[in-house]
Amino acid sequence: MSNVTTASTKEAKWWNGGKSPFDVEYGKVMMWYFLMSDAFTFGAFLISYGTVRFSSNGWPDPNLVFKSFPFAPEGVNAPLVFVSIMTFILIVSSVTMVLAVHAGKMMDKKGVVRNMIWTIIGGIAFLSCQAWEWNHLHHEGAWWGLNPFINADGTASTTNFTNFFFTITGFHGFHVFSGVMINIIMLIMTLLDKFEQRGHYLMIEKAGLYWHFVDLVWVFVFTCFYLL
Amino acid sequence: MSQDTHTEHHDVIAEIKKVTIILSVLTIVELILGFWMIGITSPVFRLGIKGVIVILMMAKAFYIVAYFMHLKHELKNLIMTIIVPLSIFIWFIIAFLSDGNSFKNLRNNYDPHFKEKSTIQAPVEKKEHSKAGEHK
Repeated sequence: MSNVTTASTKEAKWWNGGKSPFDVEYGKVMMWYFLMSDAFTFGAFLISYGTVRFSSNGWPDPNLVFKSFPFAPEGVNAPLVFVSIMTFILIVSSVTMVLAVHAGKMMDKKGVVRNMIWTIIGGIAFLSCQAWEWNHLHHEGAWWGLNPFINADGTASTTNFTNFFFTITGFHGFHVFSGVMINIIMLIMTLLDKFEQRGHYLMIEKAGLYWHFVDLVWVFVFTCFYLL
Repeated sequence: MSQDTHTEHHDVIAEIKKVTIILSVLTIVELILGFWMIGITSPVFRLGIKGVIVILMMAKAFYIVAYFMHLKHELKNLIMTIIVPLSIFIWFIIAFLSDGNSFKNLRNNYDPHFKEKSTIQAPVEKKEHSKAGEHK
């Protein structure tokens, strides 16, 4: 419905008062501002990681660190395989979230419920993958302050690698966890017909923004830790 | 009106499908480059591939923010209030990475202890390494 007003008042003076200069509701603007502040937090983490990595003479090779796979025999050499599955899980859950937001705009309660359930399943699957990976690395002797992985050039490494890895993926995993919780609350509210009574599904859009942001951050974390 | 919403519905679904395919293709290309890089030893070539991966990463970020988060279809006022503050990251990345690099060079030149430490081969260093060795 906002699209219609936007189209007809494209040349309107948005800053003359009487209407929202952003043409979105208050909660959505605030969600954007929250995500912007969160982007700065993640950005600070990733830039400090980059700075420390640039100031080090050696760094562990991610292809040797992240080479295992669940249920595969010990010593399997499968770099990038498990993390690419995690990446696709998060992309697919982002797509189902878009579909849920769209179904909400169409006032299609069934579609919202179905897609929210898929999104929640995707989030839980991602968290399970991450729990497995952390557990596996911990068994290999990696933790905050412990780094069993040698540098790519064979020299002794510092604990910087594991400290940054566990801090940043942990912070991201916490965001995924809270995103799943928000999505579950949205699903319950949908099932209780809260949004039907309000006449709009704008809350789903706000939860969707948060969930896409989580996916967005994973794009950066995945690239910085596993590919570069 | 219902006709309008109907065509709009199909447009939105088509756009979601298109962006999903783009994101998947970009991810697959990134992974191919990642696998390809494993066998490459030339540092300059590796740096080039890493640069391509970063560009693909930015493209993915653009598609998620613009289409999934719907920012492209918002008013310019809202787009600017988000994008302009975040553009400071361009300077952050240049400044902090070059600062880290300069710190490394300074220590290599003026801190013999740091330089020597980074030439020690790993297995003699700590117990954990033999533990990690078992998994190889």
